[in-house]
Amino acid sequence: MDTFIQQLINGLSLGSLYALIAVGYTVVYGILQLINFAHGEVFMIGAFGALTTSLVLFNGNTALWTLPVMIIGAVVASVTTAVLMERFAYRPLRNAPRLAPLITAIGVSVFLQELVRLNYNKVPFTSWNPFNLPDAKSRIPFPQIDVVTGPAIQVGGVTIQRAAIFTIGALVICSALLWYFINRTKMGRGMQAVSQDADTARLMGINVDRIIVVAFALGAVLAAVAGVAQGLQNNNIDFRMGFLAGLKAFTAAVIGGIGNVEGAVLGGLVLGVTEAMATQYIPGQFGGGPWKDVWAFVLLILVLVFRPQGLLGAKEVDRA
Amino acid sequence: MTAMLEVRDLKVAYGKILAVKKISFSVEEGQIVTLIGTNGAGKTTTLRTISGLIRPASGEILFQGKRIDTVPAHQIVSLGLAHSPEGRKIFPKMSVEENLLLGAFSRQDSEINQDLDETYDLFPVLAERRAQQAGTFSGGEQQMLAMGRAMMSRPKLLMLDEPSMGLSSLMMKVIIQTVRKLQPQGTTILLVEQNAQAALSLADHGYVLEVGTIVIKGTGKDLLVNDAVRKAYLGED
Repeated sequence: MDTFIQQLINGLSLGSLYALIAVGYTVVYGILQLINFAHGEVFMIGAFGALTTSLVLFNGNTALWTLPVMIIGAVVASVTTAVLMERFAYRPLRNAPRLAPLITAIGVSVFLQELVRLNYNKVPFTSWNPFNLPDAKSRIPFPQIDVVTGPAIQVGGVTIQRAAIFTIGALVICSALLWYFINRTKMGRGMQAVSQDADTARLMGINVDRIIVVAFALGAVLAAVAGVAQGLQNNNIDFRMGFLAGLKAFTAAVIGGIGNVEGAVLGGLVLGVTEAMATQYIPGQFGGGPWKDVWAFVLLILVLVFRPQGLLGAKEVDRA
Repeated sequence: MTAMLEVRDLKVAYGKILAVKKISFSVEEGQIVTLIGTNGAGKTTTLRTISGLIRPASGEILFQGKRIDTVPAHQIVSLGLAHSPEGRKIFPKMSVEENLLLGAFSRQDSEINQDLDETYDLFPVLAERRAQQAGTFSGGEQQMLAMGRAMMSRPKLLMLDEPSMGLSSLMMKVIIQTVRKLQPQGTTILLVEQNAQAALSLADHGYVLEVGTIVIKGTGKDLLVNDAVRKAYLGED
């Protein structure tokens, strides 16, 4: 029983991370029907934003009060990235065939990875490194903050990592705030309207371009928090971290029903728990850690075959 | 006196196809004006161009003397021009009340709740079901919601695109009565209809559109007795 609870907690912690990122895929898809494959990089840049904030402002000081400042730094970095990519990569393609922005998204993703890899520790086109930042070509240690990364907590036979509590807590707080924003504010209502019928939303006086920017920014905020959570969990970050995490989060969004915010959160948690349980309980050759990604995508295939609209997605007539 | 809405030499194209070929008409303050015509005559295109969803190929649209044909769609409603679109286009996954509040999205003032009550007075059916998902409504109820939603922006000019579409004759009477009620409250109305009989009996002025061109115009009464109109649109020999 302890093992089961242990894996449930591991799964929820991993799943919370997926869920935080998945919301960004689903919110943008809900409005633009665009799968923003560069969203994983928004998450990665969030982690680097937090790291940079810590290195530049606190120079190794890891007191608890630096954590909220690091989160702010992460959010600023992610939101800036997301808003710029919307403005310069996607907006010019607003009326293009859907394949064009999709391929652009992949291009943006590679561009951002390489930008961080090659230019994190210097101003582009120079070798000037004013803040003495580390080289991002390999993994960089992430600041460890005792309260959230210190010794694990033991409850009976179950070990709970502090970073897991941070991640799950972050998901709970972020989803509550997001729910409030979408359902209880005027801007959130405008966002729902745009996702249901953009032209009619314009007749209501809603500035669709602005709503799209808000959607990108909103997803970026959650991805930034996830970036910090991942840094705290893994003790290090690197420029590639957005690829697999982004792919998994996209899978989570599809499992939950893409376009549906509650679905993205549920899909993330289901995916995380599935991975953890598969690692533990699938016996023999196909079990254990190395196979967890396989089971994650097996789950995706099963959902696509038997419930293609996703767990919480409504069946919809194809608009094409 | 300048007209509330004036359309001058308006041309609208979809790619190479001209949907509206140089039409001109005007709507005076306090009037009900109707555009009638069959499917594909360009009625809906005209309304969508006035509200900024489509850009004209050429021509001018003036609202209260100011050109609006280059103003973005989302800024037009706050000038006082509301558009209840063809097919009602209510937001199906939202409640009645949320739909109505979206109608007031462009407003900043504090009287929105008061107008919400007035809308419920006008359409008691909506009041009973304010928390219900709008997508579960019947066509007539959706039409009332769409009209109520458009009225929530406090428009000076209300454009209604085929409010009678797909409705029972009973429901149509309710809609027509409502349009009649709105006029004395100071709302000017531009009504687009296939149902010429209903539209002309309401209208002060009417224009008949045929494949993108205005072919007949006159007062509502005159058009009702006009031979060509009777033959083509009122189903009489």
